[in-house]
Amino acid sequence: MGASSLIVLIIAAVAFSGIAILISKFVLKASTNKQKGEPYECGIPTKGKTWIQLNVGYYLFALIFLVFDVELVFLYPWAVVAKSLGWIALVEIVIFLFILFMGFLYAHRKGALKWM
Amino acid sequence: MWSFSHIADFIHEWLSSTFNPTWTLIIEMVIAGVCVIGLFAALGLVLVIMERKVSAWIQIRLGPNRVGPKGMLQSLADTLKLLVKEGMTPSGADKFLFNLAPFIAMIVAMLLFAPIAFAKDFQLWDLNIGVLYVSAVSSIMVISILMAGWSSNNKYSLMGAMRSGAQIVSYELSAGLSILAVVVLTGSLSISDIVMSQADGWWIFKGHIPVIIAFIIFLIAVTAETNRAPFDLAEAESELTAGFHTEYSGMKFALFFLAEYMNVFIVCAIGATLFLGGWMPFHIGNWEGFNHVMDWIPSSVWFFGKTFFLIFVIMWFRWTFPRLRIDQLLNLEWKYLLPISMFNILLATLMAIMGWHF
Repeated sequence: MGASSLIVLIIAAVAFSGIAILISKFVLKASTNKQKGEPYECGIPTKGKTWIQLNVGYYLFALIFLVFDVELVFLYPWAVVAKSLGWIALVEIVIFLFILFMGFLYAHRKGALKWM
Repeated sequence: MWSFSHIADFIHEWLSSTFNPTWTLIIEMVIAGVCVIGLFAALGLVLVIMERKVSAWIQIRLGPNRVGPKGMLQSLADTLKLLVKEGMTPSGADKFLFNLAPFIAMIVAMLLFAPIAFAKDFQLWDLNIGVLYVSAVSSIMVISILMAGWSSNNKYSLMGAMRSGAQIVSYELSAGLSILAVVVLTGSLSISDIVMSQADGWWIFKGHIPVIIAFIIFLIAVTAETNRAPFDLAEAESELTAGFHTEYSGMKFALFFLAEYMNVFIVCAIGATLFLGGWMPFHIGNWEGFNHVMDWIPSSVWFFGKTFFLIFVIMWFRWTFPRLRIDQLLNLEWKYLLPISMFNILLATLMAIMGWHF
């Protein structure tokens, strides 16, 4: 079907979820009370703000991920032609991965991969 | 012989002889949309009942057995129940993002159906970067999870979403690298080319050790990427109630649930396509009679058989391994899987250049 299938799929997804939610809106009998809108934290009233600062570890991993994800993007076009290029492809990728691996080891030594 | 591509060709011919080209295209689009929605709903129902039956079987109990013959209609009853439940929005929530998140999850799950080859010559869109497309689109999933967790204004949701974000982005790397091992051997990113390259043997058999290592890493990584046990930290029931979808109820919850199961199906389908030959039948060397019998089984049966086998394996994981801690989870990825898969891709390249595969 070609690229038009993406439009079909997006419309299908939105229609499916939209219709399902609409039907449930029509079928249900809603009641209201004061406690209903409170966050569910196992019955205990919530304390303080929710949108706070989180452990820095998550962001450190996100940063390292960014480096390796860009690496992965570079590897895709290489992987397609690797077989036809032959040895030169292997030599190049060994150099590329070696440099990256040094960065990885540096991050490891600095303790970026340790969960705090 | 009867096959999906014949039916598709027949419908196309009939439509183009009856209507003008514009209407043919529109009607075909509507048919494709309806078929995909039907497949989506049917797969959701089947996977839920399969999960419950497999878990019951592993734990030596009966599982659902009241609704329908042997409880097979249980998930239909569950859907009805979810349909009449109220989809609440907590008063403190960011309402727009809260309601948008399930839609994004569904759109991502649906978009991933485009490049998958369900049977011989039966693919919605045979694009030449199919593998790249799958890994690119599937990483949008993390946005919907973060969106849901953040907008709920619930501490459990936010914690689950953050964990899930760290986990999905980490395991994406080794999943991508293990896919690349097969791409290097095939020399193409298109799903149909990869399937055709396995006509004389599936990669898991003819790819020797690098492909077997890649397959194992792929299985571990996609289990983590779809947030399934033992990597289900994002919705660890005993710690975070339900993780990022704690505040979701009714149909919105059902949509998340469905999207999650669809992702499991998609990654298993990709695994089956890359490593187990997609719709290619199983052949042994020059056993003519045996190969002929294998050819006789329709290609869609092969594809769904392999996919459901991988889904079964992933369900099997769930009831075998205990849940990991977040630091153990990230250690496993960054200290073991990533270096191994980086080394493995060099090994695969060496093998492809030397022509050591069969």
